[in-house]
This record gives sequence, C-alpha cells and structure tokens, in this order.
Amino acid sequence: MKIAVCLRRVPDTTAKIVIAGSGTVIDETGVKFVPNPYDEYAIEAALSLKEKAGGGETVVVALGGDAVQETMRTALAMGIDRGVHLHGTPSPDGLENARVLAEHLRGAGYDVMLFGKFAVDDCGQQTGAMVAELLELPCATAVTKLDIAAGRATVEREVEGGIEQAACALPAVFTCDKGLNNPRLPSLKGIMAAKKKPLEVTPVAPGAGSVTVAALALPPERAAGRIVGEGAAAVPALMQLLTTEAKVI
Amino acid sequence: MANVLAVLEVRNAVLRKGAAELLAAARRIADASGGTVDALICSVGPVSGSDGLGAAGADRVLTAQHAVFANYCPDGMAATVATLTNAYRAVVVAATATGKDLAPRIAARIGAPCAMDVTVVDSRGESIRVVRPVYAGKALQTVDLAGTAVVAVRPGAYAAVPAGKAGTPAVVTVPAFTKRLDVTGIRTSDKAALDVAEARVVISGGRGLGDPKHFALLEELAAAFGGEAAVGASRAVVDAGWAEHGAQVGQTGKTVSPELYIAVGISGAIQHLAGMRTAKVIVAINRDKDAPIFKIADYGIVGDLFEVVPALTAAVRVAKAH
Ligand SMILES: Cc1cc2nc3c(=O)[nH]c(=O)nc-3n(C[C@H](O)[C@H](O)[C@H](O)COP(=O)(O)OP(=O)(O)OC[C@H]3O[C@@H](n4cnc5c(N)ncnc54)[C@H](O)[C@@H]3O)c2cc1C
Ligand SMILES: Nc1ncnc2c1ncn2[C@@H]1O[C@H](COP(=O)(O)O)[C@@H](O)[C@H]1O
Repeated sequence: MKIAVCLRRVPDTTAKIVIAGSGTVIDETGVKFVPNPYDEYAIEAALSLKEKAGGGETVVVALGGDAVQETMRTALAMGIDRGVHLHGTPSPDGLENARVLAEHLRGAGYDVMLFGKFAVDDCGQQTGAMVAELLELPCATAVTKLDIAAGRATVEREVEGGIEQAACALPAVFTCDKGLNNPRLPSLKGIMAAKKKPLEVTPVAPGAGSVTVAALALPPERAAGRIVGEGAAAVPALMQLLTTEAKVI
Repeated sequence: MANVLAVLEVRNAVLRKGAAELLAAARRIADASGGTVDALICSVGPVSGSDGLGAAGADRVLTAQHAVFANYCPDGMAATVATLTNAYRAVVVAATATGKDLAPRIAARIGAPCAMDVTVVDSRGESIRVVRPVYAGKALQTVDLAGTAVVAVRPGAYAAVPAGKAGTPAVVTVPAFTKRLDVTGIRTSDKAALDVAEARVVISGGRGLGDPKHFALLEELAAAFGGEAAVGASRAVVDAGWAEHGAQVGQTGKTVSPELYIAVGISGAIQHLAGMRTAKVIVAINRDKDAPIFKIADYGIVGDLFEVVPALTAAVRVAKAH
C-alpha cells in the first residue's frame, strides 16, 4: 500500500500570537513551530495502515519554505519512509495550495492520501477535500475511524448529534480528526534514522489565487467580567443579571 | 449585483436548524448591491420546516430531488451546486460538520476561493469581504474573496431576521454525477439530542466535577432550560472518558457561540477558551477565585459547584415556569 501524508508546519498551539507590522501576518519572532497536530493523526494512520498491510511505502509531502524540512524530519523520525518537499511559498488561497499538492499526488500511485482535518494556523479546513475534487477521487473529511480492507475504506465522522458512517473505494483521500488514533512519539532510533532518509526537493510556485488578506487583528478583549458573589447565596443575583441585564433567560 | 445561493442542510426529510440564520447572512451580502437570495434544498421529497424560507429571506426556494439524497451525498450536492454557480457571486452554507465537508468540494469544482467559519460577511465592490477566526481563535483575519466565493458561516454568527420575501418555488435538475463516497447513515448517540454547536445554551463541565456521574447535575440544569440547552465538556474530562468527544468544547473540540455558556468546574485553559470565547454571555462557577475562566466570564460565582449548580437549577426552573 502506498500512502501519502500532507504535512504543514504551524506555530505551536500555545504560542502567543503577535501581529506583525504589516498588519496581515503574525510576527514569527521567537515562535516555536511544530507539525500541525491533526497531521500527526494522519502520520500515525499512515504508519499503522502500512504495518497492517504488511508492506508498502509512506511518503510525507509538504509545501513551504526551507524551514518545513525540519518539520518533515519529525514525520520521518516517527517512521515515514521518505519525504517530498515542494519548495515554494504557500498562497493565502487554499485552492492554489491544493492545486500544487494535487499536481504532485496525481498519477503517483497512492492508494491512500491523508491530510489533517485542518491546519491550526490559517484554519482553512479545505485542502484535503479540494485535492480530492481536483483528482476526482472519493473523500471523507474529519474521520475518527478508518478501516481499510479489500480495496475499500469504511469511515466514521462526527456530525451534529451523531456519528456519520460512510464507505468508498480506494484510491481515496481522508482528512484526520482527533480520536482517530494516538500518534506515536519519535524514538531516539527513529530520530537518528530520519537524518538519512531520502528527502527530495521540487520547486513549485502556487498561484496568487483569489484571496487577499486585508487585515489580521487580535480578537476584541471581552470586557472584564465581574464576580457576582460566593456560593449558592449568589445565585439570585446571577439570575437577576441573566434575566434583566444580559436578557438571556 | 451580488446574487447569493444558500445551500441548506436536510436530515431525514427535515430541514436542519440554522437555515433562517444562514439566509440572514446571505441577505447581508445580497442587499448591499440589490442582489437576490436563492435557497437550495437537496432532498428525496418534501422537506418539513421549509415553508418559512421566504419569510426568512429567500427570494426563491430551489429544490433538487433525487433518491441519492436520502443520506448526505456530497458528490451529488457539489455537482448540483456547480451547475448553478454562474448566476451567483457567493455560495453560502452553515459551517456545520456537513457544511464544512461540502464547501471545499464546491469551491474546487468551480475554481472558487473558500472561507470557513466566517463570523462577518459583507460585499465590498467586486469582492466578498469576510472575517474569520484563525490561530484557533487567537486572531481574526479579514479577507477579500474575488470572483464567486464559497463561504461557510459559523452557526450563531447571524440571527434570523424577518425579511418577507416571496420564496417562489423552482425546480433544479440534478446532473449526472459519480457517487464516490457512499454515506450509509448516522448513528445517533442516545444522549446528544441537542448538539453543543447548535444549542442556545451550553453548560460545560470540567475536572472539577470530580466524577463522571456528577454530569447528572449538569443534565438537570440543562433540562431546566427546557430543551434549548446542551451539555459540553472540557478536554480533560473527555480524555478521561467521562464525556463523549462530540461534547468537547475547545481548540481540538467544537467551537460554540451560544447565547449563554456556563462553565462549571473548568479552569479556563487557553485551548478551552478558543472554543467558547465568542459566546454572547459567559458564566463561570469555580471554587478557585483565581481561575483564568473568571477573566473572560461576564458573571462569575466563586464557590463549590455541588452547592451552586443545584441552586441555579432550581432558580432556572422557577424563572422558566413564569
Ligand atoms: C494541543 C492541545 C489541545 C487542547 N484542546 C483542548 C480543547 O479542545 N478543549 C479543552 O477544554 N481543553 C483542551 N486542551 C487541554 C487544556 O489545556 C486543559 O488541560 C483543559 O481544558 C483542562 O480541563 P479542566 O478545566 O476541566 O480541568 P482543570 O484545569 O483541572 O480545572 C478544573 C477546575 O475545577 C475547579 N474545581 C474543582 N473542584 C471544584 C468544585 N467542587 N466546585 C467548583 N470548582 C471546582 C478547579 O478550581 C479548577 O479550576 C488542549 C491542550 C492541548 C495541549
Ligand atoms: N503547505 C502545506 N503542505 C502540505 N500539506 C498541507 C499544507 N497546507 C495544508 N496542508 C494539508 O491540508 C490540511 C488542512 O489544511 P487547511 O485546509 O489549511 O486547514 C493540513 O492538515 C495538511 O494535511
């Protein structure tokens, strides 16, 4: 089984967000970058699918500048066999990035193409499904369960008020949600081995697309709240505020 | 003129809630330029709940009927929408699990940009301008989308507005398409009748509850609100197996924007706040007066939840009885 994992380098989720002088991007000074957390579920799924199939190849594909190679090495250290670095600057238009990724994945013989449910930086939540459409392949998004047998996949995904079940033939695209698995940590041996794994670099140029970032701003601070009181004795005062001031009851 | 197509969500021949809110967002784009709003329903047959769509803002109600729409069929819906989009400047869907699955498929098919979880929509010259949270809610991005745009509007971002439009019915043909993904059904969990992402009131419990059985306290408070409240949870208790993942609020769970959010025994970690900071009113109940949740709560009660929650439940019952 040949499996691709698309990986994005993102700021650590605990990073404090500071807006750069341009007013449209974040200031990256001092920010720690990590593999997108949802892509770690995709990596783990790729590794376990290959293990279950008893063979095959896992490939990590990342679009970005020089720095993504460090992130790709994490995937290689977790056990992915090799990397393809699509060297270029991602577009603010997710469709342009999807086009670049689809162009590389097309005709490369992948049975399964895995993505994260979303990237925690731009929260685009679109790349995987777009790649599938461009490749005219089946796609299930935000899967929390993925079983593959006899060239078919059955999946589960969370929807409002329940779990949706679906099936499709391979090759197919899946985007991975929390709950799918528990990503393994890179072992020391894995980290050493990763240094020697093949990492091919291909220059790409995503188009400008149709999205222009006009502004990036911190969310308005919520007005400082107030402590209504202590213990059950404060409940009547709270009720008064909720009914007459906030008018939500 | 920005004409807008609002793709509505149907489950089991019933229109999902949120249609009127989505139409309000659609009107916001259309009205700025004298455009019209069409609602699209993909279903097998008649759909209950669809009679009020004109009043909620639809100039026309398009129906595309096909046996394949017995379950959600993303391939069929995306193919149908793609045959229509020449007439529209924007396609809007609700940013639910289903809407967010559908939106990028439509966008890729028609070569349009896609913006998810949008909280503000506007038409601006030849572009659609939207605001959406990025960095897990730690920043807000304003983007201009040129050409036809696909926009998923976050539930709760717009309130329904009576619009008194005609809602003229029209039939749309489902084109030939390949069904690549076969959705076989939805297993509804017995508890989650109302989803945290859709409820007007969300009451979430954290590690402070001490034991999974104490969620019963929150269920009772939710019941006192009479069917408009859902029970959520912090990740700490979901990871501990006290609550289902579908109930998790936060960065790796659901983002909710209810009118009232009550955090019970939740400390207020940044990843939790990412999921609920856009609630209209936040109430926190915590015995630690320095808990970070109090920094963003509109109203806080410092105290033992085992004492405060039952008192609140009783008070809500009384208020609701009036
Ligand atoms: C990558 C990442 C993603 C994450 N995503 C999420 C997410 O989506 N959602 C989320 O919630 N968390 C998330 N977290 C976890 C988050 O950092 C916190 O660990 C978690 O939110 C803490 O849950 P809690 O508030 O229930 O527990 P605690 O932090 O342990 O807080 C319990 C609170 O209960 C109070 N308490 C105890 N007993 C009582 C009592 N009798 N009466 C009243 N109050 C009482 C305490 O004072 C305390 O404030 C994420 C973390 C990471 C690293
Ligand atoms: N620059 C990129 N390189 C490789 N994969 C990416 C890139 N951007 C996004 N992806 C993949 O697409 C998923 C969803 O990203 P997004 O649509 O931006 O939220 C991510 O979790 C990755 O799997």
